Amino acid sequence: MISLAGRDILHGWSKFTLTGLGLGLLIGVTLTMAGVYRGMVDDAQALLTNSQADLWVVQKDTQGPYAEASSIKDDVVRSVCGMPGVAVAANVTYLTMQVQLPSGIEARTMVVGIEPDRPGAPGYLVAGRQITRDHYEAVADVKTGLKLGDTVQVRRHSYQVVGLTQRMVSSGGDPMLFVPLKDAQEAQFLKDNDTVVNDRTRTAANPAFNRPGVPGLLEAVQGLQTSSHNVNATLVQLQPGWDAEAVAESLRRWKHVQVYTRADMEDILVAKLIATSAKQIGMFLAILALVSAAIVAFIIYTMTLGKIREIAVLKLIGTRNTTIASMILQQAMGLGLIGFMVGKIAATVWAPIFPKYVLLMPRDAVTGLLVTLVICALASTLAIRVALKVDPAEAIG
Amino acid sequence: MNASALLKRRLTLAAVAVALVGGMLYVSLRTGPLAPIEVTLTQPHQGTLSPSIFGIGTVEARRSWMVGPTVAGRVLRVTVDVGDYVKAGQLLAEMDPVDFGQRLLALDASLARAGSSQTAAQAQVQDARARAALADSTAQRNQRLQQQSFISPGALEASVQAQSSAQAALQAASANALAARQDLLRLKAERAALAQQRDNVRLFAPADAVVTTREFEAGSTVVAGQPVLRLIDPNSLWVKMRVDQGRSSGLATGIKASIVLRSSPQTALPGTVARVELLADSVTEERIAQVAFDAPATGVSVGEMAEVTLQLPATAPALLLPNAAIQQQQGQSGVWRIQDGKPAFAPVQLGLRSLDGQVQVLKGLTDADQVVLYSQKALSNGARVSVMQSLVKPESAR
Repeated sequence: MISLAGRDILHGWSKFTLTGLGLGLLIGVTLTMAGVYRGMVDDAQALLTNSQADLWVVQKDTQGPYAEASSIKDDVVRSVCGMPGVAVAANVTYLTMQVQLPSGIEARTMVVGIEPDRPGAPGYLVAGRQITRDHYEAVADVKTGLKLGDTVQVRRHSYQVVGLTQRMVSSGGDPMLFVPLKDAQEAQFLKDNDTVVNDRTRTAANPAFNRPGVPGLLEAVQGLQTSSHNVNATLVQLQPGWDAEAVAESLRRWKHVQVYTRADMEDILVAKLIATSAKQIGMFLAILALVSAAIVAFIIYTMTLGKIREIAVLKLIGTRNTTIASMILQQAMGLGLIGFMVGKIAATVWAPIFPKYVLLMPRDAVTGLLVTLVICALASTLAIRVALKVDPAEAIG
Repeated sequence: MNASALLKRRLTLAAVAVALVGGMLYVSLRTGPLAPIEVTLTQPHQGTLSPSIFGIGTVEARRSWMVGPTVAGRVLRVTVDVGDYVKAGQLLAEMDPVDFGQRLLALDASLARAGSSQTAAQAQVQDARARAALADSTAQRNQRLQQQSFISPGALEASVQAQSSAQAALQAASANALAARQDLLRLKAERAALAQQRDNVRLFAPADAVVTTREFEAGSTVVAGQPVLRLIDPNSLWVKMRVDQGRSSGLATGIKASIVLRSSPQTALPGTVARVELLADSVTEERIAQVAFDAPATGVSVGEMAEVTLQLPATAPALLLPNAAIQQQQGQSGVWRIQDGKPAFAPVQLGLRSLDGQVQVLKGLTDADQVVLYSQKALSNGARVSVMQSLVKPESAR
């Protein structure tokens, strides 16, 4: 028995292949769109994973440090360390800012203040070394475009890049720049020189702080204004065997701070922070899938219409309806399969070019394959109906 | 359609299909989450570390002075300005003495008056002495006359009584003269004290120094203890250095240092740790040490920021690893050791670290072990890895 579908494809193979290619590009766009959404979620997950924390201790009644501003004193970490179940705790600051690259252009980065070898520090590098000095060294994500040995200006000081990381991004996809905590505290809370001088003059003009009978008071007040002992959050790692929620509850109750577990943080980041953008992408994805389905249906329909005379001949020579139907169905499925493979390859090829992370998940690909095949099958029913209705007399008429 | 054309088409189609399926397999297995994690490997090697301590600090003067009056007053004049070099004992500023002159004049007048009183008292002593001498001779004569019974005993008693009175008067006059002399001494001392106080309103340089601030001008009122001028000894500049407590092991006086000032980041000045403070800062978790310049520093401004690197002696040979290979898992340090081509977490005990990123491995590894240095993603036990030479493009690794 010869394959009617195979024969027909052999007959018009260039048309068939080109149609499959075009369809593939369309499916590729759809897969990429799903990848963009997954990438956004993964950015948020990467932020949490890379901080290596089990608990986030932040300012009371805030959803910090990623979704809201949070500020706690940097000695809170000591009282947190003393709580049962806490293995390691470390201060961390986050500050999204433009930094000046050596090339002169500015890059949007998230400057992270870390304590070395503690939670929050980059867990793995792709080049260079970890920070060893307490000041003026930085580890940068490769996406910033920085190279080892470069110097980068953050506020007042320049930092030397000693290490590179990969996939260390903020929830918004901005690459991270890790600097020592003390420098980050200064960068975050230090005002520019004009403001500092202005503030000093204001304080000096205030008679309450500048009393002739109390030497030294003014200097003390001015010193107080420029020092900063705040951080954005304290990251906590638990001792093995402790329940995160139980430790979080005792911290909330006795230390009067807000504490989030990994699940809470995912909820804040994924469900709240990127919710609108995710819905936006989801809408686009839905429309794209619909349009793709419609186009597949039309292509198969027109392909069948183009062969209507041949089908009439087949009917005339007594071919059974099921044979004709299976030929059309096989062609539609083949088209879908080719389209899917081309689409998957195309999406993988162009995904790294995107400015933000595009994550192509195998599960999405499998779902995409199934959906494509179902759409192709549904679309072929339309063509099959036309083919079955055709009058064999048309072959000679 | 002839058979060979059909075969050619079939072959072409088959080639396209094979290419597609091959591409598909490559794409799903070599990229995305299923792909092996690219890593680079390293081996621990025997070597010595030269650990160093890094800290930042500000330039300060070891000897500084705040020159001001000891009592409240008004500034009369300031004779030096910021940047002037002054000698020990040089007049720097003067406070308004207000009524010191008048009070000295009054004391001078009192002294003159006390001198006159002393002269008068001495004259009275002489007078009393003359009277006593007269009374003595009168009494002796009357005694002789009474022995010869020329005068009555009553007349003799009268003259003896006069003699005693005259003696008493002489004693009183002598005491008065002494009091007048002591009065004079008291007034002289008072005047000397006032003169000293008047000198105290003059502010002199306590040592050879340079003026750093001039805080008040003539006419300003200053309370006791407020400095009018601040001076520093320019040869006593040093750097007050702050070091993280966790990395301050080995900090001691006498260690050689290299100081990089913010104003000239290209040149390192030699120095020595001159003092290590016993009190550490418990809030910032830092220790404080003072590092003196080996050669007198020129063109350095006080308060300038400096980076200080202290060079500690080299350690005994031990296994060394780059710190990028060290990972933290649940608060424990370790490395990803390659066993049968798969990474496995191996806890290690670490020793000293150097600033260039080398760490001593005391326990847990041998120099035959292969450990992961860099990885593209976080590793897990038994993850699929593919070993690369470098994870970043050659032009970005310098």
